[in-house]
Amino acid sequence: MKFSVVVFPGSNSAYDAAYAASRVIGEQAELIWHKDTDLKGADVVILPGGFAHGDYLRTGAIARFSPIMSAVKAFADRGGPVLGICNGFQVLLEAGLLPGAMVRNDRIKFVSQMVSIRVEQTDTPFTAACEPRQLLRMPIAHGEGNYYAPPDVLAELEENRQVIFRYANAGGEVGADWNPNGSLNSIAGICNRQRNVVGLMPHPERASELSLGSADGRVVLASAVQALASLSR
Amino acid sequence: MKARVYVTLKPSVFDPQGRVVADALVTLGYDDVKDVRQGKFFEVELGDSDPATAKARVTEMADKLLANPVIESYRVEVLQ
Repeated sequence: MKFSVVVFPGSNSAYDAAYAASRVIGEQAELIWHKDTDLKGADVVILPGGFAHGDYLRTGAIARFSPIMSAVKAFADRGGPVLGICNGFQVLLEAGLLPGAMVRNDRIKFVSQMVSIRVEQTDTPFTAACEPRQLLRMPIAHGEGNYYAPPDVLAELEENRQVIFRYANAGGEVGADWNPNGSLNSIAGICNRQRNVVGLMPHPERASELSLGSADGRVVLASAVQALASLSR
Repeated sequence: MKARVYVTLKPSVFDPQGRVVADALVTLGYDDVKDVRQGKFFEVELGDSDPATAKARVTEMADKLLANPVIESYRVEVLQ
């Protein structure tokens, strides 16, 4: 199975994601430059974290027009699994592959810390190997992770079970005290209507081995392997 | 020809930056400040074209790139 990891100018987690997919999960991983127009036989596409195009204008606003994004969109439209991590999530929002937008963290702070997130839905390619309501410990590192959607869009997300991860405490409770950035409904990750495109602010690839403080993120990429294997069966 | 684009967060979207600026102004003694909303301002220089065409072009630019219609609204002004 092949993970294609897109590299934008300013991406800083592409190598971490490729490392997690190859050395930790044991699958193939290839870095794809954003000016490429071909995903090189990807089974899974990852848009990594970082600061694509310096976050100029708005996070993800310029990256969305990178040549590779037409291929990513076509891949997503065919049902291919796409994971946007942190800045990658912001790119997916700007590209309209996921609904909503990011605004500045409510306390105007860049937050860099470990958080717990609760798995809300297990029927996506990136949560298929999770237990329902499983808690995952992963780091976040962002200035714009405050998820916003207009009330009607937010209601639709909840109704269609498109909220995939929520910030929680160590006991799995969700509330303002454990929401690090002001995201509506404590949203840490969502999926599209077809459920094959997932974006999340926390970094699973930076929590893929115990030496990094947590190996909980491994299950996100392992889920993709499991989901694709069950499809081809 | 020049055009100006003003981008602001929609009223329903909380503006953390504007809030901090408002708090700072109050701290400076401007205690009549109730709220501040921070936005973006663009000056776009265009080649020769008539004002109507210029306005249409810049509106398209604002819609496509300069503003994110999910959270922001914009206003376009064409200068002679």
